[in-house]
Amino acid sequence: MNRRLDVLVCSGAACVSSHSAEVKAALEREIARRDLGDEVRLVETGCMGPCELGPVLLVYPDGAFYIRVTPEDAVDIVEEHFLKGRPVQRLLWEAPEARKIAEEKKLVPFFEKQQKIVLSNCGEIDPENIEEYIATGGYEALGLALTEHTPDALIETIVESKLRGRGGAGFPTGLKWRFVAGESGQTKYVVCNADEGDPGAFMDRSLLEGDPHAIIEGMEIAAYAIGATRGYVYVRAEYPLAIRRLKTALDQARGHGLLGKDILETGFSFDIEVRIGAGAFVCGEETALIASIEGERGVPRSRPPYPSTSGVFDAPTLINNAETWGNIRHIVLHGAEWFASIGTPESPGTKVFALSGKVVNTGLVEVPMGTTLRELIFDIGGGIPDGKALKAVQTGGPSGGCIPAEHLDTPIDYESLKRLGAIMGSGGVIVMDEDNCMVNIAKYFLEFTCDESCGKCVPCRAGTRQMLDILERITQGNGRLDDIEQLRTLGTTIVSTSLCGLGQSAPNPVLSTLEHFNEEYLAHITDKRCDAHVCTALIRYAIDVDACKACDKCRTVCPVSAIRGTPGQPPYVLDEDVCVRCGRCAEVCPFGAIRIESGRTN
Amino acid sequence: MKLEELRKIRERASKELSLRKGDARVKVVVGMGTSGIAAGARDVMAAFLDEIGMRGLTDVVVTQTGERGLASSEPVVEVHVEGENAVTYGQMTADKARRVVAEHLVNGNPVSDYVIEVRG
Repeated sequence: MNRRLDVLVCSGAACVSSHSAEVKAALEREIARRDLGDEVRLVETGCMGPCELGPVLLVYPDGAFYIRVTPEDAVDIVEEHFLKGRPVQRLLWEAPEARKIAEEKKLVPFFEKQQKIVLSNCGEIDPENIEEYIATGGYEALGLALTEHTPDALIETIVESKLRGRGGAGFPTGLKWRFVAGESGQTKYVVCNADEGDPGAFMDRSLLEGDPHAIIEGMEIAAYAIGATRGYVYVRAEYPLAIRRLKTALDQARGHGLLGKDILETGFSFDIEVRIGAGAFVCGEETALIASIEGERGVPRSRPPYPSTSGVFDAPTLINNAETWGNIRHIVLHGAEWFASIGTPESPGTKVFALSGKVVNTGLVEVPMGTTLRELIFDIGGGIPDGKALKAVQTGGPSGGCIPAEHLDTPIDYESLKRLGAIMGSGGVIVMDEDNCMVNIAKYFLEFTCDESCGKCVPCRAGTRQMLDILERITQGNGRLDDIEQLRTLGTTIVSTSLCGLGQSAPNPVLSTLEHFNEEYLAHITDKRCDAHVCTALIRYAIDVDACKACDKCRTVCPVSAIRGTPGQPPYVLDEDVCVRCGRCAEVCPFGAIRIESGRTN
Repeated sequence: MKLEELRKIRERASKELSLRKGDARVKVVVGMGTSGIAAGARDVMAAFLDEIGMRGLTDVVVTQTGERGLASSEPVVEVHVEGENAVTYGQMTADKARRVVAEHLVNGNPVSDYVIEVRG
């Protein structure tokens, strides 16, 4: 072996879209030109986490972490670093808190505070090379399960680990396994729910892209434990890279005798098929997902019977979320006690989050349960950009709620988040600052669920529409005082009477903002103000007569000719009745003379 | 494939990943500044890599550094063995590199003929 450098090129979807493939090609060219082909190996990996900073590169053994690399940077990286051994300082990740260039990945606070179990291989190995997965201990858990454990013992291990469903609801995974194992019947199914639909969520996608074998191995262990012979991974068509890598992984596992007939020559047979969904949000609900797998229209049905009794093709079916599957092999390898020692007693283990919104380091992170929101957003996320103040944190997507800034020290676990009117959810975390209008945020999520409602039950179909109408009225300045009570009544009714989880959770963003940001609703309804300057009907633009220099820029960009004036003769005048509040004038004004004021035009 | 075969693959494949583990016992640092390269540091590094590969040493990483200011002694190579003093060799050649691998890296005896500095 003459190799001395492993250069890991992040090829998660975010880095691919910021042109990591071109960076890799440029590196390949430069490496060839310098005749370093034998000494330097380029490896494409899954998501490394800091998506905002992509394309990112990680160079081993020194651990140098490069960010925002362009194809043009390849010349310097290869000549200075790969050839001469001097990491290119200008491309290394500078941690703002540390005020020094962090040369090694582990020194970057973003990574330092994380604990990666599910994502341990993500960004560290080539997901399209099964040998790299095997090198990290891959399929050892399956081997041990098949040769040294009874199915009952495996189920007890999962029960004792207290692992809970990572899809969001937090049902004890081991109990689910036990239910399905207890069902009689020749045919049983194992399903991976990777129908990730929350806006701003990309945990399942990243795991499928970065470590597909971990999901396959978890499903195989469960299949052996409950007596299933067939499995499905249900993943949406919007994830083409995840689907491709998963299919490659399935083929490689079959080729190595690790999937299919007579796995590891133990007589156990199990195979997995990929089912591609069309992207309906409701198909993340388990009964709708099952209908979709069967080739039916993806609509939910009432439970019971639960899928554990009657699921895919009416057979007992075990459904777990992708991240849940990713935990299984680690629990089998290290034991239930080890797993239960991480996180909190009631919510053990770690949780993967997709950080987005008004936060410096957006990306994919994994932390032990019990980590506080403050640590997640400020220590790992790097805080709020542009010196703004944090206003709220939205967890759980359209099914979740908004947690106000005063609860930042809440530990992240299923119960604590529920008490605040939010939910753990699948892991989407959207950070909001003072420029976000909470009424508008609630409206945004409700628009989403109203649109995604399958229409089968009345509370969800008609109720979310009614709530949306009220919210639209409020944001347009036509809200009435009894609207708040109406929203509450509608919301609680929809929660208690909807058929499936979509409707039962759809009002949450509204209910939680009503609880924590009631005064903002009142400002919209009674004062006709939107202090975040988001709701265009409730703001006005005005020209500051002292600051205006009559440069004429605003007048030329105004699409409705609402601004009048003569160049060189300040001040200009803005006609509020004509203004459509597009904000173009404020963007182009070089003197900051265009003010935005809260409150409706008279 | 049986479980034993899987474990054999793992043994072989984990060697491929040894660079990423960061638990090397020995670190060989080759000075690759302009004067180092001019004096033949590339050949020295290639010899280290080749000899280490031939002997199947998996707990050694080879890396480079820039100019250290010892132009007259180039190519300069530092050997860091865990728990021991760092040894600097000067005026290295490919043949000397192979001898350092055999005597210092494998047998634990620094090759005193080429040593120009020992740091605690």
